[in-house]
Amino acid sequence: MRRIISSWRTLIAALREIFDEAAYARFLGRTGIASSSAAYAEFRREFEEAKVRRPKCC
Amino acid sequence: MLHGMNAGMNKTLAVLLWGTVAVVGAAAVGTVAVHRGEPINALWLVVAATCCYALGYRFYSKFIAVKILALDGLRATPAERLENGRDFLVTNKWVVFGHHFAAIAGPGPLVGPVLAAQFGYLPGTMWVLAGAVLAGCVQDFVILFFSVRRDGKSLSEMAKDEIGRVGGFVAYAAVISILIILLGVCALIVVNALKSSPWGTFTIAMTMPIALLMGVYLRRIRPGKVLEVSALGFLLVLAAIWGGQYVSQNPALAGLFTFTAPTLAILIIVYGFAASALPVWLLLAPRDYLSTFVKLGTIALLGVGIVALHPTLHMPALTRFVDGNGPVFAGTIFPFAFITIACGAISGFHALISSGTTPKLIARETETRMVGYGAMMCESAVAVMAIIAACVMQPEIYFAINSPAGIVGQAPAAAAAMISSWGFPVTAADMQALAHAVGEQTLFNRTGGAPAFAVGMASIFSHSLGGETLMALWYHFALMFEALFILTVLDAGTRVARFMVQDALGHVYKPLGRTSWYPSILATSALIVAAWGYFLWQGVKDPLGGINSLWPLFGISNQLLATVALCVATTIIIKMHRAKYAAVTLVPLAWLVAVTFTASWHKIFDANPRVGFLAQAQALAAGPAPSPTGRLIFNNRLDAAVTGILVLMVTLVLAESLRQWWGVVSGAREARVKESPFVKTRLAEERG
Repeated sequence: MRRIISSWRTLIAALREIFDEAAYARFLGRTGIASSSAAYAEFRREFEEAKVRRPKCC
Repeated sequence: MLHGMNAGMNKTLAVLLWGTVAVVGAAAVGTVAVHRGEPINALWLVVAATCCYALGYRFYSKFIAVKILALDGLRATPAERLENGRDFLVTNKWVVFGHHFAAIAGPGPLVGPVLAAQFGYLPGTMWVLAGAVLAGCVQDFVILFFSVRRDGKSLSEMAKDEIGRVGGFVAYAAVISILIILLGVCALIVVNALKSSPWGTFTIAMTMPIALLMGVYLRRIRPGKVLEVSALGFLLVLAAIWGGQYVSQNPALAGLFTFTAPTLAILIIVYGFAASALPVWLLLAPRDYLSTFVKLGTIALLGVGIVALHPTLHMPALTRFVDGNGPVFAGTIFPFAFITIACGAISGFHALISSGTTPKLIARETETRMVGYGAMMCESAVAVMAIIAACVMQPEIYFAINSPAGIVGQAPAAAAAMISSWGFPVTAADMQALAHAVGEQTLFNRTGGAPAFAVGMASIFSHSLGGETLMALWYHFALMFEALFILTVLDAGTRVARFMVQDALGHVYKPLGRTSWYPSILATSALIVAAWGYFLWQGVKDPLGGINSLWPLFGISNQLLATVALCVATTIIIKMHRAKYAAVTLVPLAWLVAVTFTASWHKIFDANPRVGFLAQAQALAAGPAPSPTGRLIFNNRLDAAVTGILVLMVTLVLAESLRQWWGVVSGAREARVKESPFVKTRLAEERG
């Protein structure tokens, strides 16, 4: 049972990383601001340039 | 004593287990290889692939990890040493694995195997299995490891450091070239999938308002809840697919969403420019998430579907087109099967990702094996699924969909007669019935691989989930899935290429390098879009369907990039005093050199006009001269020149690498690798 819960948590963590939710959480942690529309806009601004430079494979 | 007995038993069990895997794998590969005459069940391919991957991972990757790379679990990785909460971040290995797989999985492993199925299921399957285990997984693994040892440096930087300035420049130029050709081919696949298809075009058009809605939700309603909004977007896309059938059945609405190939090409070129030049994250970022969500879900669904439903393959092991006269693309198995399937076996593009984001997330050196080698195995498994999807179709249907009008003719009756004359009997009425079943006006001349994959996937699922009534929905789901993530590759690729060009131009004139300076953004976006747009337009206007010329060009450039990556890897291995093991990268390198150089020679100089660019230009020049002929002649000469330049650049890297290797092996040159200094990890104790 513990293994199933651990696998589930890892899967969710992987999905949160792939879908940038984890990056947003780190941004909130780093800047010390609460999640809001403005915070998310600021995160997108900071994150966008790094994100668009990442190649995606064919 | 007891501990010794347990260890002995475990070893015996392991020998028995792996011996069984080897025997079962050998039996499955043998069955796939020698089976002739009757349809074969897809499970044979699945078992063969599973055993090959298991053995490759357990033994070959471990050999590389221990004997050559000597992975050091006590050495701090850049994620730990340079952790900044943004690029460099200690991350759980399974999370990195998922992230890496999501980045390397694109349309390539789906399209290439579908096109190569014209030779039968055997050549593609064998290349995907052997290529992945012995070459592709090795490349991804070693490049990832070398990048981790060098603070996450890119392939171009490592090539410059280890081989010399020529290596760095060629890697950069090869990346730009491959991106441009890739984007042109990707756009062509979407055009061929959506032309004259109101249902498909409507579904893809609807992803734009859906993405905007997702953007507003993310920004205003639930900031940052991407998974939640992606699931919501996915449900809306399913609703759009459902609604598409009513659009296609309504003459007025269908007219609004029915476009010719040139019109679609123009729309995609405008889209590509807007995506690159305008601040449209509200549209693009949610679409990217939606595309990833659909991609991962569909790959998982397809995998489960194939194992659960284990369909029968109707395509023979080898078709008559092994002689090089195939309608999908011209050329013999060697070298063309090996450049047509890149991403499922070995792809140079993966080296960019293995030396991009991933090395900055790896917490422990020992994890590079699982992430680099393991994720490529999964990518290869996706290619096996694509082979199965293409080969479950009756071969006559496969050839009817994938043969261009320039080969089989425009009229359905003429096309059916031509395909029947190849030994694959089909009638125009059969094809019309199939087109009707999937909600299309016609399925003839739908080159590019996407429609064939969609028909294959639809036929796998419709046999048990929903039957014939859901065939059209499954088909349009598969078509939407491919078109959506190809368009995402298109807009992301355009922006990546734009940044690369801006970085380079910044050395000439500083403001051009500023990614926020609008004149530079507009100029570089226009340059990149014009470059891939030209290839797209060339493909749309090509009487042979475009894929015949452009997919081999893409395959050659991608495999040449893999050649550069393997040159870098071999150079580092030799400098690490592991020359006796250099065959691990040297053999795949030699194979790729043989494949790409032979393919390039054929594409430039072959006397058959369907194969050689120059021969085709000559044939066009000798024939009657209607107005587009001049442009077609120029296009063929341009393709020949691009191929020649790519080969010349890689020859320079090879020569420079050989000089390095000879210098190190003969003792004339100091074997000094440019690694970051050893720092002991602080996380060792807590990791155990």
